[in-house]
Amino acid sequence: MSTVIRQAAMSSTGSRPGRPSKRARAALGTCAGIVIVLVMLFPLYWMLDASFMRPQDLVSLTPTWFPVHGTLAGYRSVFSSQGGHLVVSLVVSLGTVVVTLVIAAPAAYGMAKLRAPGRRALLFALLVAQMIPGIVLANSFYIVANSLGLINSPVALVLADSTLAVPFATLILHSFLRGVPDELGEAAAIDGASRLRTFVSVILPVARNAVITAGLFSFLFAWADFLFAVTLTSQDNHAPVTVGIYRFIGANVTQWSSVMATGVIASIPAALLLVIAQRYVAVGIGSAATKD
Amino acid sequence: MASVLSVKAPAAAAAGAAPGRRRRRTAWRAAGFVVPAWIYVLCFYVYPLVSNVKMGFQNYSISSFYTGSAPFVGFANYTALFRDPQFVSIVTNTVLFTLGSLAFQFALGLALALFFRRVFPLNGVLRSLLLVPWLLPLVVSGTVWRWMMDYDSGVINQTLLHLHLISQPIPWLVSTNTSLVAVILVNIWVGIPFNLVILYGGLQSLPEQVFEAAAIDGANAWQRFTRITLPMLRPVILVVLTLGLIYTIKAFDIIMLVTQGGPANSSQTLTTYAYNLSFNQLLFGQGAAVGNILILVAIVFAAIYLRAVRDSGGDRR
Repeated sequence: MSTVIRQAAMSSTGSRPGRPSKRARAALGTCAGIVIVLVMLFPLYWMLDASFMRPQDLVSLTPTWFPVHGTLAGYRSVFSSQGGHLVVSLVVSLGTVVVTLVIAAPAAYGMAKLRAPGRRALLFALLVAQMIPGIVLANSFYIVANSLGLINSPVALVLADSTLAVPFATLILHSFLRGVPDELGEAAAIDGASRLRTFVSVILPVARNAVITAGLFSFLFAWADFLFAVTLTSQDNHAPVTVGIYRFIGANVTQWSSVMATGVIASIPAALLLVIAQRYVAVGIGSAATKD
Repeated sequence: MASVLSVKAPAAAAAGAAPGRRRRRTAWRAAGFVVPAWIYVLCFYVYPLVSNVKMGFQNYSISSFYTGSAPFVGFANYTALFRDPQFVSIVTNTVLFTLGSLAFQFALGLALALFFRRVFPLNGVLRSLLLVPWLLPLVVSGTVWRWMMDYDSGVINQTLLHLHLISQPIPWLVSTNTSLVAVILVNIWVGIPFNLVILYGGLQSLPEQVFEAAAIDGANAWQRFTRITLPMLRPVILVVLTLGLIYTIKAFDIIMLVTQGGPANSSQTLTTYAYNLSFNQLLFGQGAAVGNILILVAIVFAAIYLRAVRDSGGDRR
């Protein structure tokens, strides 16, 4: 995918002058593309716009297209009312990254390089696991968590959220490690390194980019989770920010600027991911569909 | 494997170990890396699935949490569902939601994918910006759309009124006639990036020569699209539609944030209904029964998907 993007970029910048009609067509394409992006991303602009608005602008009967009378009141109320939720989300998401990578990275290595027995069955199981409706898992998780006294516990939420990330992370790491030359691990083995040592000090550093990508996506999946969060937390002070937003709009429908400010802050990890790992995002979306 | 053995053979011979034994030990040691994943699969996917199937046959309610027992009741949960007059309309909603979302996500995603095949400056940047709706937490997207679809202050109604396209505000979220359309619209928006990326990838993998040959033979753009692009893209189309279906049928966040299935169940789907039964009415047995219906649907389409992946994978490798 990345090579495809690179090719497209090269051929677009490399168009030679002297064919004005072609250049005009290209310019038209860019204009149309910009319009499409503006339309598709309008809801995001509208969130940003509303997050700076004063209460009287929010209920006015004409849209306030630009926050000319902008105020940070919405953001101030976020940190007083949603700060706790953001901390819970951060803790749960980081925990999910750790659990996911601890399960996924060794499994991917075992399947891709060590030819572990039953690797096809495991790949298949993970592919199918992604398709299980979350509500089915939530039903059982709730009953187990309830009997173990883990409702409102971040531990339960980390484990539940990891079910969103483990298959994806394993598949993405597996397909990366398949491309790593065998000689790398063999050289380490000849030098007398154990398999575990080879994995930790040779394979993981080589696979750094794939590990980072898998980790970022795991973070994002856990950060965005709503179903497990709303079913496994009953007390407000233990709820992640997605549930915070949900209960907030249930309780105060008029305070849209604070709700939107919360939305903006809750979107920051996604924005960071797009900036840091832009190349991998398209791969990430595609990998679920094309990997066997 | 052969190369591993050949490299290791001298060392093994020196140590005096039989190659067969070493090979077994190798496999056994490799298994150590995948055992945690197997245990994980059993605990976090297989066990919940099995227990959900079992719960569908049990009278699992709030009292079960205190007594710790849930009597088996056969198909009582299912008959209760099917006798509920609302159930038919919830199934209808689910079908409309899924087909409506899929059809438009796919059509718009394909149109955008075809558009982005053209060569123009900023193509890559614009395409990756279009991924943002996919990356955003669904709760955030749902919240924004709920605000945009507000009856009085929502930007959609205000704009339509200003353009004189409507004379009355549309009660998007508060009328039983429009709530389902509203959540479908939001879900289409959410799903376009996914369709765009996969279909674009599929288009890029088609050999350019075929199109050039067809153009030389005098095929016009529409003929090239229907006679060449669509047939050659068929495996990718099958993948994107079945995956889209599996994701759409379990859509939860958007509906919960935008309408909560209301008003009067008018935008309730099987997924949100299962949640309501289990977690609002505390009828876990019936909730599990609805979940089992969803599992059945998922199995059917997962089988289609896996076949499609196998077919298209054969071309690629």
